[in-house]
Order: sequence, then structure tokens, then C-alpha cells
Amino acid sequence: MSNRPRTTEKIIDKHHADKSELIQILLEVQEENRWLPGDALHRVSRKLGVPLSQVYHIATFYKAFSLIPQGRNSVSVCLGTACHVRGAPRLMDKVTDVLGIRPGETSTDRKFTLSTVNCLGCCAMGPVLVVNGEYYSNPSAKEIKQAVTACK
Amino acid sequence: MVKFKSSADLTQKRREILAQREGKRYIAINASGTCGLSSGSDKVSRAFSAEIEKQGLSGRVEVRATGCLGFCENSPVVIIFPEEICYVKVKPEDVPEVIAETIIGGKLVERLLYRGEGGKRIAREGDIPFYKHQSRIVFGNNRSIDPRSIDDYIAQGGYAALGKALLEMSPEGVLETVKKANLRGRGGGGFPAGVKWETTRNAPGKKKYVIVNADEGDPGAYMDRSLLEGNPHSVIEGLIIGAYAIGSHEGYVYVRQEYPLAVENLSIALNQARRYGLLGRNILGSGFSFDVTIHRGAGAFVSGESSALMNAIEGRVGEPRPKYIRTAVSGVRERPSNLNNVETWANVPLIIDRGADWFSGIGTKGSKGTKIFSLVGKVNNTGLVEVPMGMTLRQIIFDIGGGIKQGRKFKAVQTGGPSGGVLPEGLLDLPVDFDQLAAAGSMMGSGGMIVMDEDSCMVDVARYFLDFLSGESCGKCVPCREGIRQMLRILNRICEGKGKEGDIDLLEELSAVVRDSSLCALGQTAPNPVLSTIKYFRDEYEAHIQKKRCPAGACKSLISYYILPEKCQACQICARECSVGAISGGKNLVHVIDQDKCTKCGTCIEVCPAKFDAVVKLSGEPVPPAPPPGTEVTRSKGKKR
Repeated sequence: MSNRPRTTEKIIDKHHADKSELIQILLEVQEENRWLPGDALHRVSRKLGVPLSQVYHIATFYKAFSLIPQGRNSVSVCLGTACHVRGAPRLMDKVTDVLGIRPGETSTDRKFTLSTVNCLGCCAMGPVLVVNGEYYSNPSAKEIKQAVTACK
Repeated sequence: MVKFKSSADLTQKRREILAQREGKRYIAINASGTCGLSSGSDKVSRAFSAEIEKQGLSGRVEVRATGCLGFCENSPVVIIFPEEICYVKVKPEDVPEVIAETIIGGKLVERLLYRGEGGKRIAREGDIPFYKHQSRIVFGNNRSIDPRSIDDYIAQGGYAALGKALLEMSPEGVLETVKKANLRGRGGGGFPAGVKWETTRNAPGKKKYVIVNADEGDPGAYMDRSLLEGNPHSVIEGLIIGAYAIGSHEGYVYVRQEYPLAVENLSIALNQARRYGLLGRNILGSGFSFDVTIHRGAGAFVSGESSALMNAIEGRVGEPRPKYIRTAVSGVRERPSNLNNVETWANVPLIIDRGADWFSGIGTKGSKGTKIFSLVGKVNNTGLVEVPMGMTLRQIIFDIGGGIKQGRKFKAVQTGGPSGGVLPEGLLDLPVDFDQLAAAGSMMGSGGMIVMDEDSCMVDVARYFLDFLSGESCGKCVPCREGIRQMLRILNRICEGKGKEGDIDLLEELSAVVRDSSLCALGQTAPNPVLSTIKYFRDEYEAHIQKKRCPAGACKSLISYYILPEKCQACQICARECSVGAISGGKNLVHVIDQDKCTKCGTCIEVCPAKFDAVVKLSGEPVPPAPPPGTEVTRSKGKKR
């Protein structure tokens, strides 16, 4: 697991270790690692002079942060209102059937993380499935399988 | 780039840009917007650039990657100027034909035109019913602007209002104009922007902040994103004008991290504005200085609430605080902070440019100007629409939206996101403005409009919103945290067919408590989806509770799928597609669903060929016993396989 201590250090320096930049710093650490490793949180806490409890409070409050490593491939289903009325729950059922994991979970081989989003704003395509940034409009079970098997 | 030192420099620049573009055509493609990109418009845009180069047209034709053009259903959309020919659902392979026929040959490519009623082809963008009934004063410039080019914005007259405000008007004069225009906040509450500005202006303290709220969290609303992505300078210009009126020199844009493209386009726009001297010290030689910082949100719906948002800007958890003192007086770092949403700020330059009287000439008595709605759900023309306040729901959904998908029956429209309510068919002629929607038990919110047909269950919709809100409640105050949770439990119970007599009364009682005693607007408005569905669709709640029936056939626990033995043709498609192997029956044998194995995913009903139509959804009635094993199918029309 690469915790990339130097990158975290760099991110903190970029924001001049400013306390009010805490959320921005954590966002960048998250983007860098696809999760927030424990030692990165300690480092941020030390360098910014913010109690670890407060860093942890933020890391658990916002949905963008994850305290567990994420899978190599991200699969998400939009659960926005427009997608919901167009059958997002059924799409989610199909996706969980194919992947064998539930929303919020990562497969044991760390290949996939399945997540939900509250609205991607492409409501005309709903219900929408996103696999590694590629959008699928109301995919059938077959199309889901194809999209997933194409992942490495 | 040279810094503008006066408004004459800006005017001069505009003249230069226009002279340079004189006689040039341009092709607008929605390739700088998220929904355009997700439908492949970037590929179309690249194909146009390549083909123009190939045909040696570079000096005469320009490709402009614009933000959202509103007509999402038909994306990628291409508009050719100056004729405003609109091609829909364009693919890269169509591009050479468009260049050869339309740009060189001056003819239309019929098959790419939008098909109106009765299949009639419509050539001009403005003649398409979707656009014809709109007044796109805020959103309309998207089609002429590549958001990454400040010159495109200046060519449209951009920043002229800023010049006017800074050099010809006093801060008080600007404030009075916005007050007189009666611009009300487009983010939800509809509070008069001018009054809010005045509070911040008059609040004690030297340092004041102005903030753009781009934490558009309502699921099903995306107009703020489309404005920030497609026309970021209009928001920046509005913000600078507001800062001048209020006496602020520092601004923030709080934008969701879920909108990476908006962050990117905005960052580019801010840098360009700085290079031209439209941000920074001594803007346009007026002596007024101002700059802006972007703050990304990290995914919390409640952080769109003003006090929560300001906590987040300080790097703390985005939870609201009691607002005995308004954030307009004590906000970021306890200094006066004026917060308005994206669309509100984008209206400001227009008001300064064209005057308060022009603005207040549009709309209704209490709600002036236009409003952008995201018209989504089971409607034919999904997209972003901008209409004058006071247009009726019917006009928006039927004239602009083209009615319900697949000719089905309209059932309800949900407005205002999780804080709003559901309005039934009987209210279709309601004029849409802040006050009328509130009186009907819903609200304007940020402008989401989710259209539902007879397949949508109203109890499920209420449950959906409470499920969303229970996940988003920050948990700081008990009524919201616990109240919403208990209401959700009751709704889940009803949807699962375990509803009890008295559940509706209990929901209403809890609603009153949550509404009256929650700390912030999230909790105070959370009961709206429940109360409005009970008010207008009580019979659906009763059917769920008493008859264990979901009239819309949406609640999974209350439905069963069944294959009609007399219609089944043993084609085996459903058996093959069923992901849990719940369907049995071989060649020539009637297929049967094992109700114990069935997960009710609905695949069988989807894949059953329409000519057989053998799968049905049952609710509130027992599943008929399966035919004895080995029953052969009855062939329709005497055909033998």
C-alpha cells in the first residue's frame, strides 16, 4: 500500500500548512491515494496543529473521504431523483448481482468498489451507471457484465 | 494579455474581438459540459475541427466547445451560426456531411434535424418547441461562449455591466438597483438578494465576504453546475458587482467536488479575469480591489446551508449553527458574509446592464425575472429550461417538455428537491413562482422539476427523499436526526407491506415536530415530501397499508411477477436472462417463475418480446397457482416453432 508520505508532505506545503485549508488538503490526499491512510491523517494533524480527533471528524463526516482502501475500478450507480423514478433501484440490483458486492463495499481482491452518487446531473440518460468515468445509460444485465469484464 | 485600465480599454478590446470575427461562422457544440461529454460531444467537436482543417476552412469557420445547451435529451447538439441551424444527436461520422452540405453547400442535412410533432423536421433552433417557449436571458449565452475563452464572454458584452457599476454608479446606487429589481435568491428560500446585501453592507466590521454557493446538492437539479461550467464569467462578474455594492474585497466560490469540470472551468475563468485586470487591485481603474478563492466541498448535502457552508470554508466540519445572528452579519470568521447561489449572482450583471425596470417587467407580482428549471424524469424533452416566473406547470411540462414519455399519463411533479413537495395533476395550471409553490405545499428550491407518470409510487417517492435526508442529516440536532429516522422507518414499513393503521397520523405528527424544532432548513423542510404526498395521494398510502397493494407497482415487497400460461410462447429468453435462475420451463413448455427465488428485478418483464407480452406484474392479489409441470404452450396464431 503506497502511503506516499512525500506527496502528503507536498500537499500540506502547497497549502502553507494553513488550518483553514484542512478540507482542501484532505481532498487532495484522498485523490492521490484513493483513500486516507492513517499515517497521512497523523501527518496532517501534526503539521497543521489540528487535533487528530478534528481531522478524523472531517474525514468521517464528508462522503468524499474513505478510511479504507478503494478498489482499482470504481463502479457507481446514480441514485438521483430522476434516475430513481426511471428505475435506478432495479439497476442497482442488477449491478450488485453482477459484482457480488453491495454499495459502499470493495471486493476482497480490491478490484472493484461499488458506490452510489446522489446526482450526476445527466438526468436525460438515467438511470446511469458509471464505470471508471465511462457513462452507461440504462444498461441491460448483459451490458453491465461487458463493462465489468473489461476492467482489469 | 494587457490589463484593462479603464472601461474604454474593455470596450476597445470588445471592438477588436468583434472585428476579428466579422463574417466568420461558428459551430457550437456542447462539448464543455458534463452531460455533453457523457454523450460523446467531445468526439464530435474534434471531428469538426479536423474536418474544417481538412477542407481548408479554418479562417472562415470556428468550432466552439460550449457548455450545456439545455436540450440534454438530444445531446450531442450542434448549432450552426449565424443561421442557428440545430442538429441533434450528431455523431462523429456525420461531421463530413454537415461540413460538405451545410457549411459549403448551404443545404440542410434533413436526417439530423429535430423532429417535431407529426415527424416534421425543424431547422432553426428557436423554432423547436423546446426552445420556442423559453426566455433564456441568463442561460442563453451558453451557446455563444466557450467557457474557457474570456474573449467569447467579452464579445457578448461581458463585463460591461461591471464597468458601468464601478465607474458610473455608487455602491449605494448598485444596491438600490438590485433592491428595486426585487431579485430573490434562486437557491431555495427566495430571500430578496438586495435586502441581504444591505444587511451585510451595514453590518459592523471592516472585512466582509461575498460567497457563491455552488454546493448544488439537490438530486435532480443541475442548473448551477451548467452555469458555472458553461458561463463562469457571468457568475464572477455578478460577484464582483455585489462585492462593490457591499464593500467586500474577498470572495469565495464554494463548489462541490463532485463537479470537477465546473471547478476546472471556473479556475481558468478566474485566472483569465485576473490577467485582464478584472480581478485584483484597482479593477478597471476604479480604485476598487477584489479577488476570489475557490473552496471545494467534500460531499455533504447539509453544507449547502449558509452557516454550515461558512464553517466548511474555515476548514471545519460543515454543520449548521443556530442563526440567532444571521450569517449576513456574522459568517466566515465571524465577519459579515453575504451568500447567494450561482444563478442569483448570474442575474446581477443583467440587472445592472439593462436596469431594474427591465428585470421587474418579467415575472409575477412577487417573483421577478426568470428561473432555470431542470426538467427531468418521465418527460419527453429532458433538459434545462429557463422561463419567466409565473409560467404554469402545464406549459413547462407539456409545451416545453413535450409531455410524458411513451404517451403515458402524467401523475405528479416534484419540485424543490428534498425540501420540496409533490404536486398532482389538479395543480398543473399553477403559475410557478416562489409564493405559489409554497402555498401549494412545495417550494421553488433550486429548481428541480421531476416529472412522474403512473409507474411512480408516491409513498416510495416520499421514502426516497427521507432516505436521502436521513443519510445527509448531520446529526447535530435531535429532531432532525431522530425524527427523520423514525419517519423513514414508518415509510419503509409501509412500502414493505407492513404498514399499520395509524401510520399516516403518526407520520403527520412527527412531521410537525421535525418541522418546528429542527435547527436548520434541512430538518425544517424534510417533512415536505411526506406531507405533500399524504395531502394529494392519501389513497396510495391507504392502499399500501390496508390492501398491501402498491397501485403503481413500484414497491418491490408488494409486487410479484407472473407469466401468463396462455400467452407464454416458451421462447426461453426470460429464463436465460434471469440472473437468479428463478424461471423454469424448457422447449415448448410454459415458463414458470419460482416466487421464492425471484428477486423481483424486473428483467423478465423487460425482455419478454412485446408481441408475446406474457409477463405481468401483480400487486395486492395472490399469484395464481402455476400450471402443472410439463404443460405445453398454446401457440398463438397457429404458428409452430
